[in-house]
Amino acid sequence: MAKKMNKILDVKNLKISFSDFEKKYLVIRGASFHLFEGETLALVGESGSGKSVTARAIVGLNPKECSNIESGEILYRNKNLLELSEKKIREYRGKEIGMIFQDPISSLNPTMKVGKQVQENLAKTPLIKTSHESFNKVIELFRLVGISDPIRRYDLYPHELSGGMRQRVMISLVLAAQPKILIADEPTTALDVTIQAQILHLLKKIQKKLNMSIIFITHNLSLISGFCDRIAVMYAGTVVETATTKQLFSNPKHPYTSKLLQSIPRLNLTTDQPLIPIEGSPPILTQTITGCGFYPRCHLATTQCEKENPPTFLIEKNHKSACWLYKECTKNDD
Amino acid sequence: MNTNLVQTQIENSFLKDSWHRLKQNKFALTGLITLLVLVFFALVGPSFSPLKYYETNLALKNQPPSPIFWFGTDELGRSIFVRIWWGARISLFVGITAALIDMLIGIFYGGFAGLLGGKIDEIMMRTADMLYSLPHLLIVILLTVIMQQGITTIIIAITLTGWINMARITRAQILSLKEHDFVTAASAMGASKTRILIRHLLPNCFGPIITTVTLTIPHAIFTEAFLSFLGLGVQAPIASWGTMAADGLPALSFYPWRLFFPATFISITMLAFNLLGDGLRDALDPWLKK
Repeated sequence: MAKKMNKILDVKNLKISFSDFEKKYLVIRGASFHLFEGETLALVGESGSGKSVTARAIVGLNPKECSNIESGEILYRNKNLLELSEKKIREYRGKEIGMIFQDPISSLNPTMKVGKQVQENLAKTPLIKTSHESFNKVIELFRLVGISDPIRRYDLYPHELSGGMRQRVMISLVLAAQPKILIADEPTTALDVTIQAQILHLLKKIQKKLNMSIIFITHNLSLISGFCDRIAVMYAGTVVETATTKQLFSNPKHPYTSKLLQSIPRLNLTTDQPLIPIEGSPPILTQTITGCGFYPRCHLATTQCEKENPPTFLIEKNHKSACWLYKECTKNDD
Repeated sequence: MNTNLVQTQIENSFLKDSWHRLKQNKFALTGLITLLVLVFFALVGPSFSPLKYYETNLALKNQPPSPIFWFGTDELGRSIFVRIWWGARISLFVGITAALIDMLIGIFYGGFAGLLGGKIDEIMMRTADMLYSLPHLLIVILLTVIMQQGITTIIIAITLTGWINMARITRAQILSLKEHDFVTAASAMGASKTRILIRHLLPNCFGPIITTVTLTIPHAIFTEAFLSFLGLGVQAPIASWGTMAADGLPALSFYPWRLFFPATFISITMLAFNLLGDGLRDALDPWLKK
């Protein structure tokens, strides 16, 4: 990370609320993170911490009837995506920012041949004129994502493929539109461990080849240690810590992150060493949170934590944490 | 496409499975075969006889069924056999055309209502409800007063409110389908609403749509027969099962075959379509498997 990198995506103080007919619930309470060109950022957090909602907000996919952006900015190449109309944002979806989902069987159209589905999304470049050329392009994409015997597989329906193959199809479908950013929303959760490794390896390979940026959403910390450049840890709708992968694993700063790391099984632990769980449970987002979201479960909490929501402090280069423990460090809003 | 390069292992397995399920259903198969026979005779039946449907022969009026006139003759000496197959053409044409128009209007109206949701959905469906609550026969009579009587008017009369059923069914399907991940995925790829509806949602409603069409056809056929029976339908000398039944009714006591044949064919056609429709519903819905 020595050379200066450009931010391709910058999410600033994003607040999203969901509402039922009576009340509004603030679900994303000011999330900030950014993505450099060509890097892989992991968005980590437990269920309900707001990873997916944040990711979907980037391409405006949260349901309009019940979700509302309260404040914040999502800058893609210095253009605020939140200000765009539905029609305008559609030009960014797929072509600039592609997204793959957790369960490949439900994210593929069951009534269309997989080859056709990929073909539909091919970037409209002047190079592709005839259906023969686009057919070849699909076959090429299938080869790129490691689908063997692509010509035969072109004519299969999603239910005729295995889970790993479906996710490969899904990846090739997203790649067909040549996006600059790939958002992968738990792409390996529905797959078994060996296939998980293959898919991660594949994403890494493609990223190098096409110079894409990846936002990788997961709840599985051990999965991403060898895969991502930087990690943003989310808790109760905010990003509590951002650091490079190395910094985060060797020297976690936020109490939540360090407790989280203690609760993960590792190979070098002996069997009689118990894992340390985090006491309590995450806050219910239907209740208004004043102060730090992690306060009730934190062993280092002070009265300030109860009353005031901590801003993000820059601890060292690339390492930020939203915790009052670091109030001596410089505040960082960027 | 390079189809010769492609070795398809299992082609159209959904349709194939459905066809297998349909074949196991004896009633549906009977319905299907009956319909094929009806269509066949509607197309070639009249040419079995040298007579035309409008040829009258007063010397041979009200003949009972015989080797020459298989179904007998009517009060003007016209061959009922020939007229039945002409009637079949009219009935099937009206039924299928009306059902297809219903389908086209219904799937797009219902599809957009379901997909757009919210206030638009509310307005669209309540408008449809209002149309549906108008007395149907009254509209049809008014229509025949304004327009010329004939096949076109009948088709318009049937489709005027017929599409609402299709719209409701499509809307219900879309409402549940649009929550699926592949719709979100398509939307994440930048697909427009229209594209999502046509390419992703409607193909997935295929089963219920086909079933509804199959069950709309007999309804339309019956409406046509009923309107013709009342004298609001096709005009002489064109034969329709409805007009033939109306002509045959006064002669019921003396020449019962004049009512018997058109009535039988109306019933057989209705039954066949309904059996096939029921069978298709079971066959096209894999979740209904026992």
